[in-house]
Amino acid sequence: MPTDALRTAGAGHAVAHDRLDQELAGLDQLELTERTRAPVGLRLWSAAWPKVAAVMLVVAIWQFLVWREWKPRFVLPSPLEVGSTLWNDLFTAELWRAVGYTMRRAVVGFAVSILIGGALGIAVTRFRVLRTAVGSMITGLQTMPSIAWFPLAILLFKLTEQAILFVVVLGAAPSIANGIIAGVDSVPPLLRRAGVTMGARGVSLYRDVVIPAAMPTVVTGLKQGWAFSWRSLMAGELLVIIPGTTSLGHQLHFAREFSDADGLIATMIVILVIGILVDSLVFGRIERSVLLRRGLLTEKAYEPVRTMRRRELMAAAAVR
Amino acid sequence: MTVLEPHQLSRGAAPVAGAAPRDPAVRIAGVTKRFGAGAAAVTALDQISLDVERGEFLCIVGASGCGKSTLLNLVAGLDAPTSGTVEVQGRVALMFQEAALLPWRTAVQNVELALKLRGVARKERRPQALDLLDLVRLRDVADRRPHELSGGMRQRVALARALAQGADVLLMDEPFGALDAITRDVLHDELERVAAEQQLTIVFVTHNVREAARLGDRIVLLTSRPGRVAGEFGVPVERPRRIESPEVSAIAAEVTVRLREEVRRHAD
Repeated sequence: MPTDALRTAGAGHAVAHDRLDQELAGLDQLELTERTRAPVGLRLWSAAWPKVAAVMLVVAIWQFLVWREWKPRFVLPSPLEVGSTLWNDLFTAELWRAVGYTMRRAVVGFAVSILIGGALGIAVTRFRVLRTAVGSMITGLQTMPSIAWFPLAILLFKLTEQAILFVVVLGAAPSIANGIIAGVDSVPPLLRRAGVTMGARGVSLYRDVVIPAAMPTVVTGLKQGWAFSWRSLMAGELLVIIPGTTSLGHQLHFAREFSDADGLIATMIVILVIGILVDSLVFGRIERSVLLRRGLLTEKAYEPVRTMRRRELMAAAAVR
Repeated sequence: MTVLEPHQLSRGAAPVAGAAPRDPAVRIAGVTKRFGAGAAAVTALDQISLDVERGEFLCIVGASGCGKSTLLNLVAGLDAPTSGTVEVQGRVALMFQEAALLPWRTAVQNVELALKLRGVARKERRPQALDLLDLVRLRDVADRRPHELSGGMRQRVALARALAQGADVLLMDEPFGALDAITRDVLHDELERVAAEQQLTIVFVTHNVREAARLGDRIVLLTSRPGRVAGEFGVPVERPRRIESPEVSAIAAEVTVRLREEVRRHAD
């Protein structure tokens, strides 16, 4: 029983209150849903096997093409050859230095994109004039292939880190800004109204209601921004070769120069795997938790919604 | 039951002498609200005058288009009248047909936000929020998020949140309209209990005449297009009431007759 500290009603109503408490408790029990989760092993397996099967299929087609001698071996090596090159590379400092170098660029570029895209997105949602002025331009920027920016970037910044950063930010910031704009636009008016009636205004309305309500779309924008920045970065590293640096794009470039097909495909696999890992481990997780928390996604491993009523019926049957 | 003139209004079961100086919680004086301008202007409310006493449970009933929600918005200060004045003593909270809880916050966090926006110190928020959830018998589900609660439970969290706003006057816009009949009946009992304990002044808008008779100390019937006060009915039935009681049914029947007259007026 809850405490009676807040009760001020007369004792004459005590019976009615007890009955009311029972009725409320009964309704609550009938309507509450119960959550159950499948064991960890089963969940991992059910998440993993379709991916494994898809990769196997791709490797099988690749191996088939090699066996058919569709292209000479020095152009299209077999999966096994590429695999062993990749395996050996994994134990060299060079690969990890290149990964480190590229990742540093990626993180810096993405961070700058968040700052610029975030500021732009928030500004557009706040000021109507700005929306009219640049709203559609942001979407336009998004459709611009990032590689088309490089000639200008190289003219402006020569073959420098700034040239790469410039294009990475131009690739990612519009997606991030658009995510924020779309997110804020889609906040249900009812939630805003609830916030306003609670006394939220200006900053507090944004911090406590609008931004959290916009989060699912904002995260989608961030995820897309990451994909764009990663693509722009790879294009940049191929085109803007800065002497004395080893990056993944750089490795790709020289593998082609030296007709090292094994190394080339191995590097491509590394690039692909990093892109997938960041997408699923970082953004996938954030997105999932944001959606789950809002009830916008039902966990697949949750059993289909089961009501307590059924449990009660089973308990009753057991008594009988 | 007789239709009362405004000057002889009593508060049903509430012990107030008619001669005492009046200090209403809400005073609506000659309020008119028009939307739009020129020939296309629509008059939603026309010269509404209405006082709500402290601790009174007032139900507003009317057919579609009577401007009930407009009236609540005016009292809540979300909108301004075209002419006339609205005075409210104390804080106002508003509840809607949907609970309008923030879906990323748990039940207790939703209540805490209202406390935070009212300026309650961080350390005191959690215990106060839990006490309020206790009041609506939901302490056990404090850590669930809105999507894990039933519609009736969500409305009770919304009620706790409204109380967390420190509301003296609670405005309710068809709060139980989307609930099933059984849950609604139980929540009537619950609201009656909480209102008495917290000595709330309530303005409760509904389409449902029986609900109005079950809950209200007084029922105000509004006409449609434009909204005018068509009649007032005292509900001198002792609390706690039951929705199935003959007294409640009799008053509901009487109000329904008047409401039907109003609706027929729009046929031609």
